[in-house]
Amino acid sequence: MNTVFEYTKGMREKEMHYCPGCTHGIAHRLIMEVLEERGALGNTIGVSPVGCSIVAHQYMNVDMLESPHGRAPAVASGIKRVHPESYVFTYQGDGDLASIGTSEIIHAAERGEHFCTFFINNAIYGMTGGQMAPTTLVGQKATTCVEGRTVKQAGFPLRMSEIMSQIDGAVYVERVSLATPAEIRKAKKAISKAFDVQKNKQGFAFVELLSTCPTNWGMSPTDAIVWLKDNMVPYYPVKKFKDVEEV
Amino acid sequence: MAEKQLMKGNEAFATAAINAGCRYYFGYPITPQNEIPEFMSRELAKYGGAFIQAESELAAVNMAYGAAAAGGRVLLSSSSPGVALMQESISLIASVELPVVIINVMRGGPGIGSIQPSQADYDQVTVGGGNGDYKTIVYAPSSIQEACDMIYKAFDVAEEYRNPVMICADGMIGQMMEPVALPEPVEPVMGEEIRKKKPWALTGHRNERERHALNSVWLQQDLLEEYIDAYWPKFEKAERELQEWEDFMTEDAEVLYVAYGSTARIAKEAVVALRNEGVKVGLIRPKTLWPFPEKAFENLDGVKDVISVELSKAGQLKRDVRLAVEGRARVSLINRYGGMLLDPAEVVERTKKIMEEVK
Amino acid sequence: MSEVKKIFIAGFGGQGVLLIGQMLSYAAMYEDKEVTWMPSYGPEMRGGTANCTVCISDEAIASPFITDNFDVLVVMNSPSLAKFEGQLKPGGDLFVNTSIVDIEPTRTDVNIHRVDCNKLARDKIGNDKTANMVMLGAIIRQSKVVGLQVMNTVFEKVLTGKKAKLIPSNLEALEAWEMGA
Repeated sequence: MNTVFEYTKGMREKEMHYCPGCTHGIAHRLIMEVLEERGALGNTIGVSPVGCSIVAHQYMNVDMLESPHGRAPAVASGIKRVHPESYVFTYQGDGDLASIGTSEIIHAAERGEHFCTFFINNAIYGMTGGQMAPTTLVGQKATTCVEGRTVKQAGFPLRMSEIMSQIDGAVYVERVSLATPAEIRKAKKAISKAFDVQKNKQGFAFVELLSTCPTNWGMSPTDAIVWLKDNMVPYYPVKKFKDVEEV
Repeated sequence: MAEKQLMKGNEAFATAAINAGCRYYFGYPITPQNEIPEFMSRELAKYGGAFIQAESELAAVNMAYGAAAAGGRVLLSSSSPGVALMQESISLIASVELPVVIINVMRGGPGIGSIQPSQADYDQVTVGGGNGDYKTIVYAPSSIQEACDMIYKAFDVAEEYRNPVMICADGMIGQMMEPVALPEPVEPVMGEEIRKKKPWALTGHRNERERHALNSVWLQQDLLEEYIDAYWPKFEKAERELQEWEDFMTEDAEVLYVAYGSTARIAKEAVVALRNEGVKVGLIRPKTLWPFPEKAFENLDGVKDVISVELSKAGQLKRDVRLAVEGRARVSLINRYGGMLLDPAEVVERTKKIMEEVK
Repeated sequence: MSEVKKIFIAGFGGQGVLLIGQMLSYAAMYEDKEVTWMPSYGPEMRGGTANCTVCISDEAIASPFITDNFDVLVVMNSPSLAKFEGQLKPGGDLFVNTSIVDIEPTRTDVNIHRVDCNKLARDKIGNDKTANMVMLGAIIRQSKVVGLQVMNTVFEKVLTGKKAKLIPSNLEALEAWEMGA
């Protein structure tokens, strides 16, 4: 019998705590596959955030450090100074990166730090139980806006890739989606490209991954995928915002 | 011993850190410690190290956290309100058991406060600062020379205890110039050496060992209790082994000052002045604020009055003094605050008043 | 209390006020004395004024901050004279840079030494920039807080490399002022 699918060496054989239909598992695997394929698992240091993926270090088979809420880009900057030849990445959700951690992500990009950031945008606070995120869409319901987010009360959702693409030190910025197999393959390419940019010391690389949160969105995993496509993509267009010349 | 040089406190601190093998510095400007980041920005690259002017104290302390986890010798510096901003991650660094040295050039508080010398950070630095069960090891120098010697030693203590170590200076010691003989440079552990010398550090597993995950979150509370039990003995060891203080004319003292840092210099002069008048005064000068030198108070025979001399309205040091005295003498306070300083004449005068009250 | 010589030097930024204090401090250090140098710091330094305190003693010095009872007060500009004159102790030495200061001291219980720093620097040394060294020489020779001889060592240690060529003119400047003038 042929093996057609198995654990990547980049993932530890641990049972995940993520909810059914959550796309964190896909994002984890894509990053680890890319590192495995370039033989870099042994030369990588990752930084996990505060949020649902707080225990990403239990699943990813690379050296990892846990960051305080929002500060992962600062933590990664410190690591990279000591090990400039190692791959360093941060893995951050929308509350972590786009709310409490806006200062750190902007300034890491502005310095043109040579690490990558993978930004999981699922438009909700997952771990704390479904509160409004900075990326929660207008009209979207959350436990701190039960009637749906209103501009009057909570302002507009932040488009992080668009913001990041304005920063000179961020040389590669792409938003991808984890909604379909084809898009997942594109996401993997973007992740790989981000590590190339780091390897070539070209500047800061940022990949935003549109993700689902069926539990806190209150829908089935398949409905969540449809909802992502119908609601998130129109506000958060899936595209490459900024790229570097091929080296 | 190296030749004496005339150096500004803050620059001497930075030089002492480099001589101790520190190669990574992260900071954010705040008075009165700005000469430290300025000096590091000029010097560290020459030693193959790195400097980042962080976007905030929050970022600076987390850069230090990352660099320390990666096995670098790291220095942070700030002043009181900036240190307050760092406290969340000082707790985190302690929880992950990483070595970081922090210089706090204290200024007047609360709030934004003043930029003049103060000792109102005593509580902030000794009673936690951040959340949870941990301790920060704290040294309090009273001269530039002593500050340099303490900083030099602090890196080794931080690595031995795998814990944050703070040097509490103040605006006086940071800004003044005094002759100082700098400690000899040591070679730092860098690059590939880190893998061999610091097996706990994050270096990439090289497919040679299990991956390291340095984490501070415990989703199972029973495991956190076990973890705290596992690291707590080092704090008990610190209490046994790290207490440091200076006794000055304490043998026959009936009145005992307790003062640290720059204020101890003032108290010392007051001791000399009162001794000249025949008053039996002495001084205990804590060199470590945590662990507090309780051993210095073991014998209080003949002591009627213990007076905490400090730059704090609340008498933050006085509380630890009272705990150490355990009711064996009356404990009083001579203080100024907000950035105002004591001078020896004021200390002498207020001491006499306190002694009057006892009769 | 131990005998501490308290010297306060004030003027505009750029007049070498902090440097005069540092040179005195080096001199004291090379004479194996205890010494502290303390600048004013914080926002006031942006206002264009500069001052520093130097304490010199044979014993350990308690506080480098002195706000009153100076043994020596050096004023390099008029606002400093007006502001700090009252803080000189009776019988103390007041050095006035008469090249810049255009008001008269009001104190009558102190020893006033008028030093035409810039003119002496220009006429005798041929270099305006040595004006602060002219004042330093006046302080050292008149108040004797340190010996003049040690300045050879100080300049050799401090003025190195390209700056070494300044040593002869600086040494000359120290003696430009005629005592009692």
